[in-house]
Amino acid sequence: MTKKKGFLDVISENRFIHILLSILLGFLVGAVFLVIMNLSVSAAYGRLINSVTSLKGFSYVVVYAVPYIVAGLSVAFSFKTGVFNIGAEGQFVVGSMAAVVTSIFGASLPKPLLIPLCFLAAMAAGAIWGIIVGVLKTKWGINEVLSMIMFNWIAFYLSNFIAGIPAIKNEGTAEATKNIADNASLLFSKDFIKSAGLAPTANWGFIAAIVATVLIWFIIEKTTLGYELKAVGSNKFAAEYGGISVNRSILTALAISGALAGLAGALQVMGMGKRISIFTSQEGFGFAGIVVALIGCSNPFGVLVAGLFYGALMYGGSKLNLEGVPTQLINVIVGTVVFFIAISVIFENLKRLKGRAAVKKAVAEKEGKK
Amino acid sequence: MTNFVNSLGIILFATLVYATPLLYGALGSCFSEVSGVVNIGIEGMMTAGAFTGTVIAYFTGSPWIGFLCGGLAGAFFGMLHAFATVSLGADQTIAGTAINMLGPGIVIMIAKVLFNSTDTIPLSASQKMPKLFAGTFDTSTVFGRFMDNVFATYVSTYLVFVAVIIVWFIFYKTRFGLRLRACGEHPQACETLGINVIAMRFACVCISGFLSGLGGACVTMALSTQFRPISIVGQGFIAIAAVIFGKFRPQGALLGCLLFGFCSGLKVVLGGSSGVNMHLISMIPYVVTVIVLVLFVGKSRVPAANGKPYIKAK
Repeated sequence: MTKKKGFLDVISENRFIHILLSILLGFLVGAVFLVIMNLSVSAAYGRLINSVTSLKGFSYVVVYAVPYIVAGLSVAFSFKTGVFNIGAEGQFVVGSMAAVVTSIFGASLPKPLLIPLCFLAAMAAGAIWGIIVGVLKTKWGINEVLSMIMFNWIAFYLSNFIAGIPAIKNEGTAEATKNIADNASLLFSKDFIKSAGLAPTANWGFIAAIVATVLIWFIIEKTTLGYELKAVGSNKFAAEYGGISVNRSILTALAISGALAGLAGALQVMGMGKRISIFTSQEGFGFAGIVVALIGCSNPFGVLVAGLFYGALMYGGSKLNLEGVPTQLINVIVGTVVFFIAISVIFENLKRLKGRAAVKKAVAEKEGKK
Repeated sequence: MTNFVNSLGIILFATLVYATPLLYGALGSCFSEVSGVVNIGIEGMMTAGAFTGTVIAYFTGSPWIGFLCGGLAGAFFGMLHAFATVSLGADQTIAGTAINMLGPGIVIMIAKVLFNSTDTIPLSASQKMPKLFAGTFDTSTVFGRFMDNVFATYVSTYLVFVAVIIVWFIFYKTRFGLRLRACGEHPQACETLGINVIAMRFACVCISGFLSGLGGACVTMALSTQFRPISIVGQGFIAIAAVIFGKFRPQGALLGCLLFGFCSGLKVVLGGSSGVNMHLISMIPYVVTVIVLVLFVGKSRVPAANGKPYIKAK
């Protein structure tokens, strides 16, 4: 059948367009709220766009995006293998703490040694956090969502506890850890930042994010491991029947996913964060990772773009105060986007607008497929 | 001895008060999950209820209208979740994630508009959730003070225990409950017997939102007197954890919530006496839960059709 596709056909079949439509609707709902609050839509969205399109603004966006991208990769990877890694939050937290502790004790090491060491420590910590949950699931059958929620909080309080230990704690009055060692910092040199006019926190993290993206894409699409994990994700009984060990796959998936979330934590603290505060509530990088993975359709390159989009919203959103707009507007927009992504089935139904004939045909096609 | 009895009284008081919001959320979660719809949006629904409850109580002066409106706000987000997941067959995890962003986002924005701050104005004593048996016990004796600590507590706490019994009765002793459970196990079979699965699930998710909203309102109207963005931090997720812990039964969820409440109570008492690190104490409930799961509870059987959208056959 070589019939030319109509406009509505294209819209209703292309997943990428669904995401774009969802984003559009998100901003539309945001605009409705702005109108209700009697605020200027053009001023708010103008500020949002202006703040992220300058060179300096965009460098901020990239800095913001790095942890979101890598945390998003972590969740996307887990989605591919049929596990919902709601525990990325905790893995992120232990990862960033591992990086800080490593940098404090290894402060005298040279940069080329210390940075990979911090990365490794963070990834190991995140992986261990993921594996614990995996073992609880595979050995004792404990629901992974439940234990991940528990381990998110255990990580949270563990991090607060470690941040208060005298050897780790800041010498000043700040309720936080010491700053990470200079040799573990990913920041560009001060002179370069100044001459290029970038954000003061501009750093090398985005290189790591891109490498991680490509690597994860490679693992998922081009390796036996990726094939096995995907097989378990789509039908674990069939996978088991095909000779794949489901338990081992779950453990591997959680380890890799955890390592990614840990790496995200390290990139955050070695780039923009510098130190870890004693928090009163979870920071939410892991939960943001869930959103980024969803917007990016769990595709590594999709996640890369979605992470930049999310970073732009977060950085641009922080500037909304200047227009008297509550920064929470961003959460409403993102929430709406995710909501429409969830119900993107309505876009698939758009072609029904073309009339009964098309509907009948679609139904007939569906029947035919069955 | 006197000290011990006093401390015990305070721990029990804190256990009950901290368990209350969790328990409302957990009962809500039970309704949704048992009918076959995963609802990780409990957290967002609780936040909506927490804000609405305290704001309405502030403006009307009636804690009861506030409490009810808190529930209705939760039900509104429940309806959104139901529309997405039940009517349109959306991915339940994604929709829940959206609710968790939308709930806090919208209410904090409204707070900014109404009060020019993210916090609401604290409730006065008459606007707050009233206490039952306040002043009934003679606090001059050790026993009296113990009784006062434990039983002179918020009405919402008494209500939630009544609610547990009612929900248990609905689930296991009524036709509605039998149908509800069947929808979560085998919706196709239900449909062939003339049960409207879509309507059942839609109703259950709305009820789930209503109860979660009530739970949120307890936090801001009983535990504290105002809504702040950090009022609801993870209680919704703990409620879900309690339900999985309790093997998707209301009576099991009760145990789970009391465990978390007890650990919070312990924290309140131990936190006063210095020497033990607060952060380590705060970790106890979560570590204990994992240990209890490994040692005693083990595998939790999820309702068979849980998480799978039901699409009616043509």
